[in-house]
Amino acid sequence: MPDKILEIKDLDITFKTTAGPVHAIRGVNVDLERGETVAIVGESGSGKSVVMKTAMGILAGNATINGGEIIFRYTDDDGNAQEVDILKKEKRWIRQNVNGRRIAMIFQDPMTSLDPTMTIGNQLIEGMIMHLNLPKDEAKQRALELLKEVGISDPEKRYKQYPHQLSGGMRQRVVIAIAISCYPDLLICDEPTTALDVTIQARILELIKTIQKEHGISVIYITHDLGVVAKVADYVNVMYAGRIVEVGNVEEIFYDPKHPYTWGLLSAMPDLNTNDDRLYTIPGSPPNLLHEVVGDAFAPRNQYALKADWKEQPPMFRVSDTHYAATWLLDERAPRIEIPEELKNRIERMKADHEVGNGSRL
Amino acid sequence: MALVTLLIITFLLFLMVRIMPGNPFPSERMSADAIAKKRAEMGLNDPIFVQFGNYMKNVLLKGSFGKGSSLYNGAPISTVLPQCMANSFKIGGISILLGTLIGLILGIAAALNRGRFWDTFCTVLSIVGVCVPSYVFMIFLQYFLAYKVTIFPFYFDASRFLSSSVIPALSLSLFSMSTVARFTRNEMVEVMDFDYVLLAESKGMYGTKLVTRHILRNALIPIVTVIAPLVVDLLTGALVVEKIYGINGLGKLLVDAISGEGIDYNYVLALGIIYSALYILIMLILDIAYGLLDPRIRLAGKKES
Amino acid sequence: MTEQIQNGTLTVTDDDFVLAVSEDLETDRNYASQGFWKGVFLRFKNNTRAMIGLYIILLIMLLSIFGPMFSGYGYREIVSVRVDGTDVVAKSLSPQIAGLHKSTGADDVFADKTFLFGTDTLGRDLWTRVWYGARISVMIAFVTIITDMVIGMSYGLISGYFGKTTDAIMQRIVEISNSIPRLVIVGVLATFMPKGVWLVIVALLTTEWIGMSKIARAEMLRIKGLEYIMASRTLGAKNFRIIFSDVLPNTIGPVITQVMFSIPIAIFTEAFLSFVGVGIVLPQCSIGSLIEDGFNNITTLPYQILPPIIVLALLMLAFNFVGDGLREALAPRIEDM
Repeated sequence: MPDKILEIKDLDITFKTTAGPVHAIRGVNVDLERGETVAIVGESGSGKSVVMKTAMGILAGNATINGGEIIFRYTDDDGNAQEVDILKKEKRWIRQNVNGRRIAMIFQDPMTSLDPTMTIGNQLIEGMIMHLNLPKDEAKQRALELLKEVGISDPEKRYKQYPHQLSGGMRQRVVIAIAISCYPDLLICDEPTTALDVTIQARILELIKTIQKEHGISVIYITHDLGVVAKVADYVNVMYAGRIVEVGNVEEIFYDPKHPYTWGLLSAMPDLNTNDDRLYTIPGSPPNLLHEVVGDAFAPRNQYALKADWKEQPPMFRVSDTHYAATWLLDERAPRIEIPEELKNRIERMKADHEVGNGSRL
Repeated sequence: MALVTLLIITFLLFLMVRIMPGNPFPSERMSADAIAKKRAEMGLNDPIFVQFGNYMKNVLLKGSFGKGSSLYNGAPISTVLPQCMANSFKIGGISILLGTLIGLILGIAAALNRGRFWDTFCTVLSIVGVCVPSYVFMIFLQYFLAYKVTIFPFYFDASRFLSSSVIPALSLSLFSMSTVARFTRNEMVEVMDFDYVLLAESKGMYGTKLVTRHILRNALIPIVTVIAPLVVDLLTGALVVEKIYGINGLGKLLVDAISGEGIDYNYVLALGIIYSALYILIMLILDIAYGLLDPRIRLAGKKES
Repeated sequence: MTEQIQNGTLTVTDDDFVLAVSEDLETDRNYASQGFWKGVFLRFKNNTRAMIGLYIILLIMLLSIFGPMFSGYGYREIVSVRVDGTDVVAKSLSPQIAGLHKSTGADDVFADKTFLFGTDTLGRDLWTRVWYGARISVMIAFVTIITDMVIGMSYGLISGYFGKTTDAIMQRIVEISNSIPRLVIVGVLATFMPKGVWLVIVALLTTEWIGMSKIARAEMLRIKGLEYIMASRTLGAKNFRIIFSDVLPNTIGPVITQVMFSIPIAIFTEAFLSFVGVGIVLPQCSIGSLIEDGFNNITTLPYQILPPIIVLALLMLAFNFVGDGLREALAPRIEDM
């Protein structure tokens, strides 16, 4: 039986803003099997971070959850299997039992995610003292080991330093150390490398991967970078304007994308081999969710929009057991529309590269 | 650095008081001869730097600011000052403490209960604090609590210090209280949405620990910066409040020195120096507080020295 | 090959499966149109508080211009009625309206007169005096703050633009003037200036420009490094031109906000100086001197102090609301999602 650690069902969230209510999440479903890695991909503002903040119970105060469930399965301290709906639990319970203890999070910008007034050491041991009931000196010992594990040299010295004395890459390592300090089951990485130098990005991803393997943690990546997805993910959720528009395993999404938005994303990926002079961009910008969306939110930017897209939100069409996409193009009545020629060539190249074994995992 | 600034300011004040046109002698009845004689006697004909040097020598070595001309029958200023300073500092100190502490508590309560009672209360208080000057508030308190109902004395009475400092301290603290409350609330609300607070929450921090360790400490840093201007406002407010309530303090002294029949130059100068020194001292203290709260500033300072 | 997994009540029909690509695919509809100032204006207009503040300011200004005319009395006119060959002065009357006022008897010779706010101890109509005083107070505030704005902005822009030694010297001056409390400046000024309007104005002029200069300088430092300024410099624009046509427009927003916060400070300072007795001299009046008058008679005629205090409070409130509104309109807080 598949063991789903996290199941997000029909999540629907509205934000109250000065300009009016913003319907940011419009029915999102995400599943994560234990030990696997899922990526949620989308442009900024598509709501990908919001979903994960909801799962952590750290949503901003102006958000209203209109409906849905976030089912989390874990083994409690007595060894019993538990299943909870995080949305139904109160904040204090989530803080004591979930946050840090079972689900940990890595934030996008290590420059802002560490408390500037507290030493690295204190920020590290805080969670351990709380969740693991370690005495301070034991917590410190473990903190030093953790710092070593995430690749920080001279941990004794770093332990006493403040965040501003560390470089960005080092701070992100500290954030990772904090995240894994209480042996969580699930790690949520919110654009963990976006704010870092390209040279450091790969090393941080590698570090997360190693840790994942060693500790048997499930990981959710939130990112807009398909390059990162290709390197790390087993499954991919493509998100657009508060909805998942395509989901599949990494090969299905990269080699056989079905949704025109995924086509756009893939085409917009910078690629050394493309002969084109221009980098492809998806026309327009994501819709303003202040206004209720009618039909497919992507229709106004879609080069392959059907009349139906303007009228009715497309349902999830099944492509394979693992691959689904929400586009009317998959309806039997739709005209046959092929993947754009350029993208097709690009996919062929990626496949070839993959077989040769250079570049990314794909 | 602060001392240099103070010295420059003292010189500027001295310069303005001494060389600007005006008659330093209160009595108009003196003959021209008498004035000239008096000027020579007081050394007013010496070059300005010599005068300044002598003045500073007196201030620093003897602690003497000269004599008053019209106030207190020309008694040496240094004999009048200590009592006034004591009164002013006590009441000023109580009000700034009261204002900051209650303001902080209200601000925290408001930020943690956004949109509920304490938040509304804090907003109303800050509106009142902004639009009602301290002396107006004082007049109200005096009218209702000391005249209509005689709970507190109508005028300041040194022998009943505690009960007679309630009204002035309360009215002086209103503005700082409301400003600190509003600022604390806004800062905390802002800090609460910062990534490092989200990270602390996602570590499992909650309740008092989260507020004191992560939110408040960071919110306090900018709050320290508003306290300096508040102190200035307090000084200004104290001027009128002391005058109205009949408190023998620095503020009343200054008002008496400038608003009476003759202007008492030496008092103006002495008070000017004291006020500036006080102000610079407070800035210095706040700077240190700033460093204590923010390791970025503390550590940057260390490297320099 | 593909099949529908979700079957609801769908409104799409077979006819809908034709391409219907948006005609203006390349146009970005979300971020198009709406200029900066239009956005500021709209946000300001939608801010209830700010609009209330604006209306209060307009109302007080109208009243202070036209209010004194309604009463028919001059601000220094002592109202009196001739009875049996002697003048009876309308001293210390409570507020009364001619038609509604109940005569207290035959010796109530002012029964046919209207004093909306009553009269003061000398027999002058307080309604007239309050609005006349408000006019003086607001005028002093506006004149000084606008002057301060000009001084402060030029100072800050020049200091920020030239940088280096110029900046260092100019900032030292700011630092020192900033370390002298305002009341010390007032005290020193009082030693050689006659009491009155000018003392108030000079005291305000010497202190309030500092805040504006800081804003202008910060803005200059920020903008100086931006590309379009470098571009215009490469194209040969002169210093003067860069300061005034490229940078100035960008500083207007924050500086106007600062003006909105400085005006109540100016009104307050005037009120406080006049209260202390170094401001407005009789028979002139301002909000501050009226409050002082009222305070002197508070135990016997407590209603006298209310009108000037209320006008003062409303002015402070209104300008602060407008200032807050402007600040929010200029830099809308992006709601995080």
